[in-house]
Amino acid sequence: MKLPRHRAVLGLLAGSGLLITACGSDTGGGVGSPSTNPGGAVAITCSSGSLTAAGSTAQQNAVAQWIKDYLNKCSAANINYGGGGSGQGVQQFTDGKIDFAGSDFPLAAGTEQQAADARCKTGPAVNIPMVGGPIAIGYNVPGVTKALNLSSSNLAKIFSGKITNWNDAAIAQDNPGTQLPSLGIQTFHRSDGSGTTYNFTNYLSNDAKADWAVGTNKNWAAPGGQGAKGSQGVAQGVKSTPGGIGYFELSFATQSQIPYAAVGNAEGKFVPLTQANAVNFLSKANVPGTGGDLKLQFDYATTDATAYPNLLVTYEIVCSKGNAPDKLPLLKNFLGYAASPAGQQELTGQGSIPLPDNLQNQVRQAVGSLG
Amino acid sequence: MDEPEPTTVSMAPPANAPETGGVHASSLVAQPPAPRMLPNGDLSRRARRRGDAIFRMLAQGSGALLLVIMAAIAVFLVLQAIPALKADTTSFLTTLGWAPDATPSSFGIASLAFGSVLTSLLALLISVPVAVGVALATSHYAPRWLARPLAYVVDLLAAVPSVVFGLWGLMYLVPIIIGPSSFLNHYLGFIPLFASNGTYGKSIFAASVVLAVMAIPIVAAISREVFIRTPQDQIEAAWAIGATKWEVIRTAVLPYGRSGVISGTVLGFGRAVGETIAVALVLSANYEISFHILEPGGNTIAANIANRYGEAAAVGRGALIASGLVLFIITLVVNFGARAIVGRSGRGGAS
Repeated sequence: MKLPRHRAVLGLLAGSGLLITACGSDTGGGVGSPSTNPGGAVAITCSSGSLTAAGSTAQQNAVAQWIKDYLNKCSAANINYGGGGSGQGVQQFTDGKIDFAGSDFPLAAGTEQQAADARCKTGPAVNIPMVGGPIAIGYNVPGVTKALNLSSSNLAKIFSGKITNWNDAAIAQDNPGTQLPSLGIQTFHRSDGSGTTYNFTNYLSNDAKADWAVGTNKNWAAPGGQGAKGSQGVAQGVKSTPGGIGYFELSFATQSQIPYAAVGNAEGKFVPLTQANAVNFLSKANVPGTGGDLKLQFDYATTDATAYPNLLVTYEIVCSKGNAPDKLPLLKNFLGYAASPAGQQELTGQGSIPLPDNLQNQVRQAVGSLG
Repeated sequence: MDEPEPTTVSMAPPANAPETGGVHASSLVAQPPAPRMLPNGDLSRRARRRGDAIFRMLAQGSGALLLVIMAAIAVFLVLQAIPALKADTTSFLTTLGWAPDATPSSFGIASLAFGSVLTSLLALLISVPVAVGVALATSHYAPRWLARPLAYVVDLLAAVPSVVFGLWGLMYLVPIIIGPSSFLNHYLGFIPLFASNGTYGKSIFAASVVLAVMAIPIVAAISREVFIRTPQDQIEAAWAIGATKWEVIRTAVLPYGRSGVISGTVLGFGRAVGETIAVALVLSANYEISFHILEPGGNTIAANIANRYGEAAAVGRGALIASGLVLFIITLVVNFGARAIVGRSGRGGAS
């Protein structure tokens, strides 16, 4: 473990291709082993039975890790998480085919919520946040070594094709001392529907209202730019295109060694993307729901310069009441482990972030009161 | 046919051949299958009738099953599509855009159908000449020791999974196609087809090249099978009146193989128009109708389904299925059209 980590740091400093490879494989394989976690090995309570879940691919790695941890301890249990996307997960949950769904969005009020409630019969379906995912704004601008500052208004203009060159005065103004080349900007966005797109455009709609006309949408709606399938495709496009810029989960930026920007908040201050800054932003979120529903409202208006405002949260959608008696203990114990400090600790290093402490407590309470 | 075809005159087997336990080894080798040789045997006629009936039932059952499956698919598509089409507040046929889950719901097939047909036609434009060349090379030009391995490699190409072609297109072709694209734009940019806003890469052109590579083995394999079957007397007749090799090909082989090339082209179109993941990886996916094939953009019905299904809600899924129905219809129309062409051409050999 020690040697590759060391080399990875060297790689970052030197920017050398050879060492980068070493780092890339390290991020994949060396994700925090449970035994070294603070407070690990206490959180898992075993129950037997089987659980099936599906949905969001954004949290797939995290859930897979939790399942692995859980089944290591509890061989009598059987848990499956299929991906497929949030929409499919919610549909299968509503149809009663799976026990809980992973989703990048809370259930939409109206028919979607009503259909899910009908499935649960005795209690409403609730949204329980579980995994945070910071969204990086990655770019490929040859010759620029210092992390760029990009305000929300500049991002909105870049992604809607109003700023087309990297040496635009509006970008230069935010980056004193950085020599910006005269190079066309090539924007990349997701061509498939995605929670990443939804949350990025939600940030722009809130913090750059004046410059972002197309609103919040899980399908990219702004004109121009190039679409790519999956965050992997967007990252690949940015990486291989000088002048490229795109948005993807942090893990893709670190894996492909793509530099990412500090983004502007509502007040125009630039917030670098670090785990602490992202968790801090999450801790400011509002929880308007009642009865165990923990749907989050991000506080995009915050002026805190240590709160990174561009991120997504994936939810587990479960029945608050009316779960099958043979499933309930396993459901509560598994989700309880996921929300425990040890479970949340597993998220760091996967490009995801743990929930802030205040939210973790609420999530554990909500999971504990499932019936 | 490696076994020598037995001549009926010299070898009349014993009447009770099926019942005899130990038959002499040499006669067993020479014997043809018994029922064929027992036109008058009472017992065997009954056995034959029973076999006939069973086989007829199996064959007819398979045929009927196919029709049932086709009908079931059509019914499924229509039933799933109707609620979404009712929810669509704009015209399904002319709207450019795809927002079925928005309120109000609005989506249309126009740009997708256009993209599907355009990418497939371009792919055929590139692949058919190459594929016919490959077929002629393997059937008439290459020496025998080379022709067989070459044909084998072409067949192997058809077996490569499409996602591999998609990844090749995305990682390799898209970056390098920028060069030829800007070249075409620079010298032929006055033709609207090659106009561009200055960006290249994930374009209809790139997707067509990927589809062309995928279509080549299909068109080539079927064309080759037909070219090989050109009657030897026609070829020799052409030689006899002093034709050169090229003239032999032009006057004897190509006319004979015409229907085969058309069949192969239709199958190639089928593969191209239905191709999903390779196109979804390569195309930039927007909802405009544009003939600017070098610019990033374009979308196809199949790629749109792949991109949108995961995050689609109820109306969104219905809308995607409605688009699948349109794809189904396009394929049917193309198939019938090709059949009409082949039927009218009259002459020509196989398939």
